[in-house]
Formats: sequence, structure tokens, C-alpha cells
Amino acid sequence: MAAEIRSPLPGTFYRKPAPDQPAYVEDGAAVKKGDVIGLVEVMKSFHEVRADIDGANARFLVENEAPVMAGAVLVELD
Amino acid sequence: MDLTGKTLFVANRGEIAVRINRAAKALGMTVAQAHSEADAEMLAVKLADKAVCVGPAQATKSYLDAGRVVAAALEAGADAVHPGYGFLAENADFAAAVEAAGLIFVGPSPDTIRRMGDKVAARAAAKAAGVPTAPGSEGRLEGAAAAQAAAEAVGYPVMIKAAAGGGGRGIRVAETAEDLARLVPQAEAEARAAFGDGGLYLERLITDARHVEVQVLGDGTRAIHLWERECSLQRRRQKVWEEAPAACLDADTRDKLCASAVRLAETVGYRGAGTLEYLYDARTGDFHFLEMNTRIQVEHPVTEMVTGVDLIAEMIRIAFGEPLRIAQADVALSGHAIEVRVNAEDPANGFMPFPGVVGAMAVPEGVRFDTMLYEGYAIPPFYDSLLGKLIVHGETRAAALEKLRAAIAGMRLDGLKTTLPLHAALARDPDVIAGRTHTRWLEQWLETATIEAA
Repeated sequence: MAAEIRSPLPGTFYRKPAPDQPAYVEDGAAVKKGDVIGLVEVMKSFHEVRADIDGANARFLVENEAPVMAGAVLVELD
Repeated sequence: MDLTGKTLFVANRGEIAVRINRAAKALGMTVAQAHSEADAEMLAVKLADKAVCVGPAQATKSYLDAGRVVAAALEAGADAVHPGYGFLAENADFAAAVEAAGLIFVGPSPDTIRRMGDKVAARAAAKAAGVPTAPGSEGRLEGAAAAQAAAEAVGYPVMIKAAAGGGGRGIRVAETAEDLARLVPQAEAEARAAFGDGGLYLERLITDARHVEVQVLGDGTRAIHLWERECSLQRRRQKVWEEAPAACLDADTRDKLCASAVRLAETVGYRGAGTLEYLYDARTGDFHFLEMNTRIQVEHPVTEMVTGVDLIAEMIRIAFGEPLRIAQADVALSGHAIEVRVNAEDPANGFMPFPGVVGAMAVPEGVRFDTMLYEGYAIPPFYDSLLGKLIVHGETRAAALEKLRAAIAGMRLDGLKTTLPLHAALARDPDVIAGRTHTRWLEQWLETATIEAA
């Protein structure tokens, strides 16, 4: 069954810690509970988004630097 | 000068866009308002005569995209562009692009913006105008050995600053030669990454100083000052509370400070509204030039309240070629004003951003509230957290503080968490009331303070 990680905040979603660095989680990678999967920038302050579940085969539904609403699904996992 | 029928393009958002809209309308101008896709419902769009979308929510693809903003201004049939503060306001290439498109830039010339934006060049200009600067390096630091020599001459502790920085960004403190050797390469790499310019300079660290700044207006030839403000209450180098005048200055120091600002503004042929920032050491009575901001500032209303001058209107008139209408002798200082920044942050929860929906809203009589808010507005999460500025004026500082306490108690902003409870606590604090503050005071105070939830 597919699991989901949602954005806790509204803002801009980033998959990388900095533009010149690799993504926190590559497409198709496995994720462990507590891993940072991205950042949400809300009003110029950055908040880490952590996985609240284990899962495999990460499929991101939100692109890097795209706007997100609170509660939006960021990634689906197996 | 009759500006009736001229079109002003507002290349900004939030409360300053509202403020510029109102000033331009009062001058009889037509207003065209820029907005991102996320800002279509903002108050300035509702006030403006027309609105042009400049791109998606992300500022780098909209408000910071100089090409799109200039194209939007042309599309709107604008005669002039007001950049507000932040975004492209101090971008010399943007100002040049506006002028190259045949439009008026409401601000100084691109050359002045470039010169003052290079903090080393600005320091040199200040020295040449006889304005005191903090003891520091001559020009840019050329290599580690030169940095060591400059720091020895100045005396530790020193601040390492980026030539292309400003606004408190990119500053490191070195207590010893070992610190300096370690921090200079880091600072250089960071400055190159952040600003595209690795140039550094250093200044002696002045601890527990107060932040004072002088408002100037110039027409390219003549300049006047509109007295000073004090902005020592800061968190993470961002101002949260501002006053005019600076109560810590005696009349003689105030006159010297303000005269030095006029000298620098006239030396560089300054045009428009600008602010010279200084550090003031209350123990020695010395003041040192820090940097110049070549734009209108967030805290300009406190100056307007004590001088009666509409700074936005004056900068628009000057941009259209009108000489300064005000003589220095006519700028009287009347009473005391305080501004507090109302941010969408929860001070009871680590200043967590709170981009909510505005419920019922009420502002007490007799105070000024420069704001982007209206009932039912959903605050977008993509930009800074400033919602508005609550401004009070009294005959004395004590009277202004009393008015501020009453105004905060009378503010109603349902559905939001804001920094108003922080200001309520500050307005009751004995150190704030007595003026015993400096630029690190607020962060120290926050370590032990408890702020009641609104």
C-alpha cells in the first residue's frame, strides 16, 4: 500500500539543502523514519520536513522550488 | 509640479506597495501595480488603477526578474517605476534598465546605487566627506597577511564584512589572529557565493552600540536631513521597533550626526530619499558611519510623524525633476514617534511564521497602521512576514510609549498570530522605558523573557 509524506507548512518546497548540492532523497530511493526529505521555506524561514514513516521507491509529487499548501502530499512511498 | 495623469508603476508588494499607491494617488497620479500569481488578491492590487502580473509566486521569477518587471512597466504605459524596499530597490542594473527603457527610476542614479552598494567604496566616500567611520582596513583586504596587519592596527575584536554585503549579512567576528586566519577564507568563499564578489574589509567591533540612522533627501545637487531614527531593538539583525528622534543623543551630537549625513549626500550628488546608518557608542559619545541605503526604508513613517514631510511624495517629485521643495531650516522636529513591526510570527513559539487568514480587524483611533491586511485576506507564505507597522506619535517619548501600550491593547487582528504580544511586553519593560538598550539587548532579553500568547 502506498504511503505519503505531507508538507506540515505552506510555502516553497526544496528537495536540496542548497542549489549546488544533491537532493536529500533521489527519485526511487528508500526513506527511513526521521530522514530529512526536503525543506519548506515559509516567509523566508526554512523548515526541515522529516519522514514520519519508512518506505521505498520515493516518488515526488512536488517539484523542487514549487509552491505547496499545508497538507499537500510531497512524496509517495511503497 | 503637476503629476496629474502621470502613471507610476509600483514594482513591489505588501505594505510598502499600499503606501506608495496612496502617496501617488494623493499626487493625482495613475497607479499600475506589479504582482505575482500569488499576490493577485493583495490590497495594493485592489487600490491600483491597473495591475500587471510579473510571474509566478517565487520572487526570483517575478519581483526579482528585472527584465519582466521593466517589460510590465512598459506594458502598463508607465512614466516612472517605484521600487519600494527590498527586491530590486538597490539593484543598479535594474535602475539602469528602467532608464534605458525610457522610464524614470524613483531613486538615485545607477552609479550612486552601485557606489554605495559597494560598502568599501561607501566607506571611502564617507571618509572623503569627513564622516567618521569605525577604525578599519583601508579599502579591500588583499590576502591573509594584509588582513592580519589591518587587524593588528585596528585592534581586536574585529568584524569581517563583505564589500557587497550590507544589512547585517555576511558578518563574522574575530577575537584573535587565529580566528581571523580561519574566518577570512570562509568569509571570502561565502561572499563570492552569495554576492558574486569575494571582496572583504574589516572594522573594529563596537560592542553594545546603538543603531542610529539619518534620513536624507537630495535632488542631485542639494541635500537636507530629516533628523535621525534609533533602531537598536533588533532580532537576528532585523529591526523590530524604531523611534524618532533617537532619545540617546544630546542636541550637539544630533546636529553633528545629521550634518555629517548631509555632507556625504551632497558629496555623492545624492538624488531621492536615502538613509545613512551609524553605530553610536553611548559611553564615548562617538558615532561611526556603517553604510548607506539608497532607497526608502521600512521605518520611514516615524520620520514623517516628527517632521510632517511625506517622504514617498517627495521622492516621486524629485524623480520627476522637481528641485527640493524644503529648506533645512523648515524641517522642525516635533514630539516623538515609535513604530513597531507587526510580523506574521508567533513570539510565544520561537517566532514561527504564521501565514493565516485575516478575520475581524480593528485599529484604534489616533494611531497610524501602514498595512497590507484586510478582512478575509489569505496571507501568502512566499514572502517576508511583515504585515504592517503600528505607528504612534506623542509630545514626549513617555507620551508616545503610553499611546503605544493603549494602541497595542486596542488592536484586533483575529485569526492571526503576530508579534504584537512581543511589543506589548517590550512597551512595559523598564529598560525599554528608560532607553537602556543596544543592538544585542533584545536577543539577550528574549533568552529569559516569557511572552504571553495573544
